[in-house]
This record gives sequence, structure tokens and C-alpha cells, in this order.
Amino acid sequence: MTAISGHFSSAPVLPKWIAPVLLIAFAYGVVPLIGSSYLFEAILLPFLALSLAGVGLNILTGYAGQVSLGSAAFMAAGAFAAYNFNLRVEGLPLIGSIVLAGFVAAAIGIVFGLPSLRLKGFYLAVSTLAAQFFVQWALTKFSWFSNDSASGVIDAPRLSIAGFALDGAVGRYLFALTIVAIVTFLAYRLVSSQTGRNFIAIRDNETAARIIGIPVLKTKLLAFAISSFIIGVAGVIWAFAYLRTVEPDGFDLDRSFQILFIIIIGGLASIRGAFFGAALIVVFPLALSRLGGLLLGDVFDSGVLDMSQRIVLGALIILFLILEPDGLVALWDRIRRRLLFAWQST
Amino acid sequence: MTFLSTIKAAALSAAMIVSVALPAAHADEQYFPLQSYRVGPYAAGGTGFFGGFIDYLNLINIRDGGVNGVKLTWDECETQYEVERGVECYERQKSHAGAAAWNPLSVGIAYAMIDRITADKVPLITVNHGRTDSTDGRVFPYVFPLLLNPYSETSGIVNYIASKEGGIDKLKGKKIVVLYHGSPYGKETIPIYELLAQKYGFSVQQIEVPHPGNEQQSQWLTIRRAKPDFVVLRGWGVMNPVALKTAVKVGYPVDHIVGNVWSNSEEDVIPAGDAAKGYTAITTQASGNSYPVVQEIVKTVYDAGKGNLEDKSRIGSVYHNLGIVNGILNVEAIRVAQEKFGHRTLTGDEVRWGFEHLKLDPAKVEALGAKDLFHSINVSWDNHEGEGYVTFQQWDGKKWNVVSDWIAPDWALLRPIIEKSAEAYAAEKGIKLRTADDADAVTTN
Repeated sequence: MTAISGHFSSAPVLPKWIAPVLLIAFAYGVVPLIGSSYLFEAILLPFLALSLAGVGLNILTGYAGQVSLGSAAFMAAGAFAAYNFNLRVEGLPLIGSIVLAGFVAAAIGIVFGLPSLRLKGFYLAVSTLAAQFFVQWALTKFSWFSNDSASGVIDAPRLSIAGFALDGAVGRYLFALTIVAIVTFLAYRLVSSQTGRNFIAIRDNETAARIIGIPVLKTKLLAFAISSFIIGVAGVIWAFAYLRTVEPDGFDLDRSFQILFIIIIGGLASIRGAFFGAALIVVFPLALSRLGGLLLGDVFDSGVLDMSQRIVLGALIILFLILEPDGLVALWDRIRRRLLFAWQST
Repeated sequence: MTFLSTIKAAALSAAMIVSVALPAAHADEQYFPLQSYRVGPYAAGGTGFFGGFIDYLNLINIRDGGVNGVKLTWDECETQYEVERGVECYERQKSHAGAAAWNPLSVGIAYAMIDRITADKVPLITVNHGRTDSTDGRVFPYVFPLLLNPYSETSGIVNYIASKEGGIDKLKGKKIVVLYHGSPYGKETIPIYELLAQKYGFSVQQIEVPHPGNEQQSQWLTIRRAKPDFVVLRGWGVMNPVALKTAVKVGYPVDHIVGNVWSNSEEDVIPAGDAAKGYTAITTQASGNSYPVVQEIVKTVYDAGKGNLEDKSRIGSVYHNLGIVNGILNVEAIRVAQEKFGHRTLTGDEVRWGFEHLKLDPAKVEALGAKDLFHSINVSWDNHEGEGYVTFQQWDGKKWNVVSDWIAPDWALLRPIIEKSAEAYAAEKGIKLRTADDADAVTTN
């Protein structure tokens, strides 16, 4: 959080927890009443899943400084692990499958995090690509993972918690929202704890961190584990609540890049950044495609429109990163400060 | 504060988009939501298929003024063959009133839609592809793998290879390699090849080519070592020409490669150049533009400047003709349902009933101007495939030539396997098997 500088001191400063609490109250209390199924199925569910994945990657990349291109692999590991726990362990509640799936993703994260002890920067990014390719290959190669389904596509199980069916769009939204809220809260607590400070210390100067007594090896692996755990849970939401079907190809390298872009655009080393970035990545192309279809749909076919949307999107992202390299979070804070200032001076 | 004003403008335009996103429904219009793909690695298939489909819908509108006066409408939503885009398109387009049927032309998207369309009671058409066990209408009331499901296709290919070898008993001891696309679509036939190999006594080796398949050196070196009698190419998009070129490179004879129903188009062989000469592939609809219905499309639609294909030389190509056949099946299903429920905008469930009574014998097909374009179809409430026939075409370097009669797949052999798989799915999902009476209960509003 940015400290509010001196000349704002006369403004009534609200406690920090007010905004998130209001937001969550709105998400629980108002959105389910006014939202359409399109809002839930096409916008909010992918937004929640990708936001959580962004939170996970931000812990690893933003806070601990380890670049990873294997996010989609950890999502896939989480999704397929949850599916198999749910299928093969009799009587295990859904929440149990999800937590165990998180641990499976964390274990895989630790294994592929090992090179981080020797590699840095681009070299580490390349080595995390191994996770991306290996996990996708293994899930395709061994049909056990998809319960020998002929096409390798698995259907998500019914969602229910303590007997409440959550199969409708609103139910799945609330399911995803609850998990995202809890995990994000825990992640927020984590980054402001001693462990979180250790992450930052390693990111900023590994040698210095070692000298002041931070166990570098353990901390890096911990960052990989926690990050993969969260991304794994995000994978479960993606598969179970959003798409309702899973195939290994849905978790390809493009998805890993998408998550990396989310945290870069949203703001590195910021929990909120993942949400801002995911909102942009999910909503912006949709708004563009709707606008394009509306204005030019009769003139061009959908292929031409889609191509031009990509160009516009790419150009806007480049422009945006030049104007605001610290991400949407920094932009948001600036706007808020100006609004506060404008409000104060009236 | 230019940035603030930009944001304000953006918010305004966003509000505008939301408010006009739902066009009002008119009476007597039947709407086709098209989840098409015109960009990405599979654009050739997408533009051809959706081009043919739209051309046929246009023909019906222009020539007949719609189906019994009910005008056909559609809009397109670009999926790039990606599942999450397909789901977004589904959610976007389903709010439009009067949807007749969904035709995503992607197994991955179709899988993700099964639960959704079943809840919404609108048919999902996966012509020539799809989930094999959705043939069983007892378990999948709204899913129609029309003409040819993947198992029938496999059976047709094996029967064709047997006929080349001189009879089904000659398959014993032969070796077949299946080179398949690394996707849900590609993997769908793995178990049925194993099963037919056991039954007929040939050996089968199945090799995956990772999506999208533009590098196949190692796979073809494996094939060269294996020295199979035939290679079945179960490809899609760019994988096909690459396979043919690589086959020539490693010295495998092209006339011993048999393509499946998604490796059978001009777009698959032309990029391979001379490497494709002699390559044979299965199809449910012959290529060429000599068929009366294709001629009418040229005359009525293209000559009026309303054709969908940019490149007119693709008229009558395999994908374009498949789109036309798909258009015929969709329109005729609506016609069947209209006879029962009235000449008006139908509900999705009424169109489902129409598909379940879609019977086009060769005489009816000829009356539609599609004689020899495709053979016939006979859908019922529990058989959603409709017993389509297949034929084989060989590429001579310029065009496809039909080299076989219409061949019937071995449906009796496949049906018990399909039923078993569908029943397992029903048990897993807690679905009650539908009966003929259930199929006749139709939601009419």
C-alpha cells in the first residue's frame, strides 16, 4: 500500500480493510441478484480463476522474483488431481479434493522449482518451460489421469458442498468466489508476514538475504510450493466451475503467458494487481469484440474482425505499459489520489 | 484529466454495448448461432464449412423465402477453435431468441457444451465428428453426431483397407499405423482401432502428433521402422500436408496412406504439392461443383454477390460441400419439425424432435439436388448418427476422384460398444435413460 503523503492528512482516512470488505459484500450480496448468466459464465468465472492464478504467480514472480512459464502446467496438475481424488477416493468431500489437489500442484511446483537454486532470470523461465511441456505430455500420454476417457476430455463432477448443489451459474460463481476470497486473504496475510518479507529480500538481493540469515534454498522452494498450490486451486476453479470440462490442451503455453501478462499488466508484487490484470485480460477482448461486431459486423466477416481486435489489443497493451510500467495498480492509486485531492479541494 | 475522460467514454460505450447486445426477436425467424473460426490454425476448415453452411441458408432465404416462410437468420462468433472462446460465444449467442441448433465444428467446444445445451434444450450438431457415444439418443437427447460418428468412420476405413487387400479375412497379419492429432478429436478412435485389430487379426500402432502438428519427423521415422501396410492419417488442419510431405521424405508410399474424414480436403493436399498425388481419403460428401444444389448456390447466391467464400475456386471443395450438406440437414430437420408443430419459429426442443425424425432416402436427397453429393440419412430418437454412408476419393494432383462405391460402416458391430459407453456415462452423471415416450414429449414454448 502506498503511504498517503502529508497534505492529504486532513482527509478522513478509511481503514484499509473497508474497501475489500465492501467489495466482497457487493460480490456476495448484489451481484448474484442482478447478474445475467452471461456475466457469470463468460466474465466472472474466468475472471475469478485467472485472478487466483495471477495471485499465485505474483507470489512467485512478483514477490520472490522467480520468473515462471509453467503456470498452466500447475493449473492442469490441480485440475486433474482434483478430478482423480474426487473420482477415486470414496467419500472425500469436494473441499478435501481441492485442498489435496493444491498439495499435488505444490509438490510438482517444488520439483520444478529445484532448478531455481542454480538458475536465474531467463534461464529459470526456460527451465520452468519443462514443467509446462512435461505435465501436458504426461496427462496426454497416460490415460489413467483422465480415467481412460476415449478422447482425454474429462467432465467435471457435480459441485456440491454439504449437500447444497452448486451447479447453476450463480452457484458456481459463489463457489469460485468463496475459494478465491479465502485463498486471496491467506495470500495477503502471507506476503505481509516474515515469510513474505523473506521473499522480497531474496528478490531484491539474494546475497544480502543470505548474509542476514534468510534460508535462501528453503524460501525459494517455499515460494514455488505456495505459488503452485494457489495456481493449482485456480486450475480446479477453471475446470470445475468455469469450463465444466477439462482437457490437457486447455492448459497450454498460451495460458502460462496469459497469466504472466496478467501480473505484468496488473502490477507485479501486488495482490490487487492480479485482479486488475485479469479483469483487463478477460473483459477487454470481449468488449472489443462486441464493439467491433456491433460497429463493423455487417461489413467484415468475423475472421477479419478478430484479427483487427488482436492488433488493437496488442497496441493498447504496449501503449499502456509505456505509459504505466508499474501496472494497473499504480494507475488506480494515482486516480484515487487525484480524486481524493479533487474532493478535498472542493 | 484526459485519462479520466477516456475512462468515462469507455464506460459509456461499454454501457451502450450491453444495452444493444440483445436484439429484439421477430416473429417467424429461425436463428442459427454460428461459433465459427476464420482465424487460427484451423481457419481453412472453418471458412469452408461455415461458408458452405451460410451459403445454403442464404439459398433457402433467397430462393424459397425461408423455410415455409420462416426466415433463417444467423450471426457469427469467432472461436479460433478454442474451448473457452467457444463457451463465451455460447453464452453470448444463447440469449438470442429462436435458436435452432448449435454447430461449433469442434469436439472440444462440443464437449464443454453438452451440459449447457441439455439444460437449455437446444440441439448440438457435430456433423462427421463429435463424441461417439452421443449417438445413443437415450443418454444424449440433444447431441447429434450426424452422418458419421468417429467409430463408424473407423469401421468404414478398415472395411476399405480390407477391400483393397481382397477381403476382410486378408487383414490377418497386416499392420496398420494410425497417426492421430493430439486432441480430443484425434484420440476419440484409439479404443475402436484396438478392438477392430483384435477382431480382424491385424496389428495396429497408434502414434500421436502434438497439436498443431507442423513437425512430424520423429513420428514418420518411427513409421518407417515399423513398415506398416497402411497408414491411417487422422489429422486436422496443418498436420495433414505436413504428414504427406514428411511421408515422401522418409520414403513411405502415399497411395498406402488413407485419410480420415478431417484429412480429406483440398486444403490438406494442395499445400503438399506433388507429395499428395495418389493419396486416398474417406468422405461422406463428394467434392466438386457439378451437383444441382451447388449449381443453384452459384447461380442464386454467388451471382447475386452474396456468396460467403472469398475465393470462388473453393466452391464445391470438400469443406464447402460439407457445410452445404450440414445446411441441408439442419434445414430439413426444421422442415420436419414444422410439419408437426406449425410453420413458425420453433423452440430448440421442437427442432430436436425434427432431427430425431430426419429421414432422407436417396430419392429425397435427389429431390434436394444433392444426388451423389451425399447418400442418405436416417436419424431416430435413439440413433442420433443416422447411418450415413461413406465413400473414398483419391487426389490426382488437381482434384478428388471418387474411387469406391458408397460403403456402409458395420453399425451392428459398433452399436453395443456405443451403448456400453453411453450407459457408463449415464451412470457416472446420474442420467436416467430416455425412452421413446420421453422423446415425444416436446417443450413447445
